[in-house]
Amino acid sequence: MKKASTERRSRTSTKRAKNREFVIITYLFVAVFMMMMGYFVYFQIFKSEDFINSPYNTRQNTFAEHVMRGEILSSDEKVLAQTIIGEDGSETRYYPYGAMFAHAVGYDSNGKYGIESFGNFNLLRSHAFFLEQVINGIQNKKNPGDNIVTTLNYSLQEAAYQALGNNRGAVIALEPETGKTLAMVSKPDFDPNSLAANWESIISNTDSENSVLLNRTTQGLYPPGSTFKILTTLEYLREHPNYQDYQYECQGSIAMENTEIHCYNNAVHGAENLQTSFAKSCNTSYANIGLGLNKSKFASLCKEMMFDTELPVTYPSKQSSFVLNKDSNTDQVTQMAIGQGETLVTPMHMALITSAIANNGTLMRPYIIDHTENYRGVTVKNYRPSVYGALISESEAKKLQEFMSIVVSEGTGSKLNGQSYHAAGKTGSAEFSNVKGESHAWFTGYASTEEKGSIVVTVIVENGGAGSTTAVPIAKQMFDIYFAQP
Amino acid sequence: MVHLITELSKYSMIILFALYTYQCFSSLKRSVDKEEQAEKYRSQVVYMYMFHLNAYAVLYASTLNIEILKFYAMQVVFFAVVQICYGIFYKRVSKLVVNNMCMLLCIGFVMLTRLSYEHAVKQFWIAVISMAVTMLIPYFISKWTFLRNLTWAYALAGITMLGVVAVLGAVSHGAKLSFSVAGIAVQPSEFIKIIFVFFVASMFYESTDFMQVVKATVVAGLHVIILVLSKDLGAGLIFFIAYMVMLYVATRKLYYFAGGLLCGAVASVVAYYLFNHVRVRVVAWQDPLAVFEREGNQVSNSLFAIGTGGWFGMGLNQGMPNKIPEVKQDFIFSAISEELGGIFAICLILVCVSCFLMFLNIAMQMKDSFYKLVALGLGTLYGFQVLLSIGGDIKFIPSTGVTLPLVSYGGSSLLSTLIIFAVIQGLYLLRERTEKEREMQHKEAMKKQSTKKNDNDKSSAGKKSKRKGGRSSHEESIHGTKVKNFD
Repeated sequence: MKKASTERRSRTSTKRAKNREFVIITYLFVAVFMMMMGYFVYFQIFKSEDFINSPYNTRQNTFAEHVMRGEILSSDEKVLAQTIIGEDGSETRYYPYGAMFAHAVGYDSNGKYGIESFGNFNLLRSHAFFLEQVINGIQNKKNPGDNIVTTLNYSLQEAAYQALGNNRGAVIALEPETGKTLAMVSKPDFDPNSLAANWESIISNTDSENSVLLNRTTQGLYPPGSTFKILTTLEYLREHPNYQDYQYECQGSIAMENTEIHCYNNAVHGAENLQTSFAKSCNTSYANIGLGLNKSKFASLCKEMMFDTELPVTYPSKQSSFVLNKDSNTDQVTQMAIGQGETLVTPMHMALITSAIANNGTLMRPYIIDHTENYRGVTVKNYRPSVYGALISESEAKKLQEFMSIVVSEGTGSKLNGQSYHAAGKTGSAEFSNVKGESHAWFTGYASTEEKGSIVVTVIVENGGAGSTTAVPIAKQMFDIYFAQP
Repeated sequence: MVHLITELSKYSMIILFALYTYQCFSSLKRSVDKEEQAEKYRSQVVYMYMFHLNAYAVLYASTLNIEILKFYAMQVVFFAVVQICYGIFYKRVSKLVVNNMCMLLCIGFVMLTRLSYEHAVKQFWIAVISMAVTMLIPYFISKWTFLRNLTWAYALAGITMLGVVAVLGAVSHGAKLSFSVAGIAVQPSEFIKIIFVFFVASMFYESTDFMQVVKATVVAGLHVIILVLSKDLGAGLIFFIAYMVMLYVATRKLYYFAGGLLCGAVASVVAYYLFNHVRVRVVAWQDPLAVFEREGNQVSNSLFAIGTGGWFGMGLNQGMPNKIPEVKQDFIFSAISEELGGIFAICLILVCVSCFLMFLNIAMQMKDSFYKLVALGLGTLYGFQVLLSIGGDIKFIPSTGVTLPLVSYGGSSLLSTLIIFAVIQGLYLLRERTEKEREMQHKEAMKKQSTKKNDNDKSSAGKKSKRKGGRSSHEESIHGTKVKNFD
């Protein structure tokens, strides 16, 4: 009896030993299969959105056969886009505010743009109650698509739109702590309601710079002018820990190899330190600063600050650019230091830099879809703020905040001084042609209160003259409205 | 109304297939006795027919093509005949393998009908003929003992055929893979891989000493090199892996396996720099959207399909799977995932895994090392091909352009896979026979002992088997039979 059982054991154990390699191979294969299934699940959960929303993916449009396109709403529940069914059953996309939200919301005729494009999948899915969908199915009726609730603030958008008036230009407002896009205006604009009717004449303007379809916030490239001094200052801070000792005597102009740099309106600023140079936006002082900077370090700082880089935005965008290397001559360096020359930025880029400064160095990825909900308002999916990364250190951000505050308290941004909110920023008057006195008016800055947190506003008015007189008032209107809101 | 039917059927088909898949694995549990197991396999057949009916109801409702109903009826007859034939002539084969074979064919028919009715019909008739031919294989496998002596005949046949194809073969998609016989494109590598497994198995059956390994490796290397030169990377990889696995198991030397895989890795890097068609695949794998217009088109479209389909799918005839180039062959998995859903697709992977486990299960149960190696080699061929095909479709690995066995369109692939399944079934027959003989001997021996003692013995064996854990319990679970059967 005992003998029999040991015999059995030895037999099974030799069998097991004989099959050891088989077992290893089995486990190996099963492990790879598990990994593959894991990857499939990972793809479905985390990666599929990138592919679903790709403009190359034409599958979404087949959803339209069974789903009526959802609405696009502002954060304060104003309808920005909706589908209206005519008596004959035909569907038309209607934009109640016409051109006001043209570039932000986009269009759904003659191709797609804006939220209509990257939110397409959401708008064409229906999360209506299950039984309702069954009943609709039986009656052969379309299911109501999900609505997109944006982060756009109607009043801010309206203020920016009115304030720009008939000027060309762009305005962006962001919430620096979250990356929510509160306003996005670009002019000249178009009315998406009549886009299809006017399409031929709109696209006959082949000069893309002048096209109304161009979203100037992300695709308009402008010389940054004095707003670029934020970066010049940052580089100076990095290279000179004793920046407090900086002294300069402004005489209104400074001669370079081939050019002469003047202060705006030929002002003479006299004795200055770094803060006052920044606050008064003294070109000669900054040309002087630029001469002393390490060119390759300055170039790599620009790269870190997202020059020559795809911006983390969902809209089509252009990359900001600059020309600086260790062989650049003094003209190029000094022009760069004051934001002229070959440097070009998009307004969105300036807004993101400002946003990172206001948020103590950390850039939040900008987003515009807050959440999606079914047609009855039940939330389907929430979009959460996400960190892009730390553009600068917290101490650098704090120093730049201080500099930008002085611009408001003592410098070119004084129109923002003495308000219920604390404002900070940088103005710019960027020359874009050889005609003297013609310049784009820039302002990029932020304002905050204890209760409401902060808001970043970046304004550019093409050919608007001085930033302090044209751009700052637009920002002020927006700050006023934002902080007056409950 | 039609939309509603497709919508609801999405869920019912997922449920039916999930139930089917569950039975694939629950039947392997140790506590399941023969009776229960048979019951589970019967329920699988029921689920399969229900799924089949449901799918064709949707296909008919959305096309209102009366031909589809006739086609459906023919398929029902086909599956019934297959099930009955196996039930009558081969009582002792693995029912699970039969069921999986039918289920995978069934999914293939459904998807092909949806993608291209003409191709589905063609595929169906190829399946009928292939099935009729391969039905004889299990019998011959269990009878022909000389198969292990044909070593060099296998090698000669394999290399000659591959060489001929490489030299004369028609160029299809930049790869010399096939030649036409009477209007039917035959892809010889699909069949040579089976011959190759028999070659390697008979080599290592003879001996596993160093010289033998060298000889086998030279021949295997020749196969792989010809395949790579004729740009059939997927097949080359399959041959390579099958050889490495068989070499490792036969010689039981881990360093052969590790060294071989290392050489394989180095060779892939060399191939990457040497061959443009390898680079193209890798580029498309890294970021398909960035090169959408060219290299990435196929993979991007596949991922659009899988992503847009989501977990529950778009419903049959509701997606756009035909946008994927080669969807019927290499990318059928993406089409399934798009229209039948991600959950369905995962179940499909699990069914393939269950087939693979059944292949290795028989490899472990056989006593004869030739048959062990054959089962192992065929299992590796099958498992690895599934990995390559699905992995390439979902961008888990670079796409190598291989078909998903039994599901994809393609006569050569279908016939060769059916041969593999039939050989495996032949081995199951062999096992059952030898086991029976052993059982007889065992009983005779037992007769000499008293019945009481015998009872005691059995119960103690039962306890012993229950107490075992770890690896042994795993072995038993994938064997699906009781430990005492081994005695």
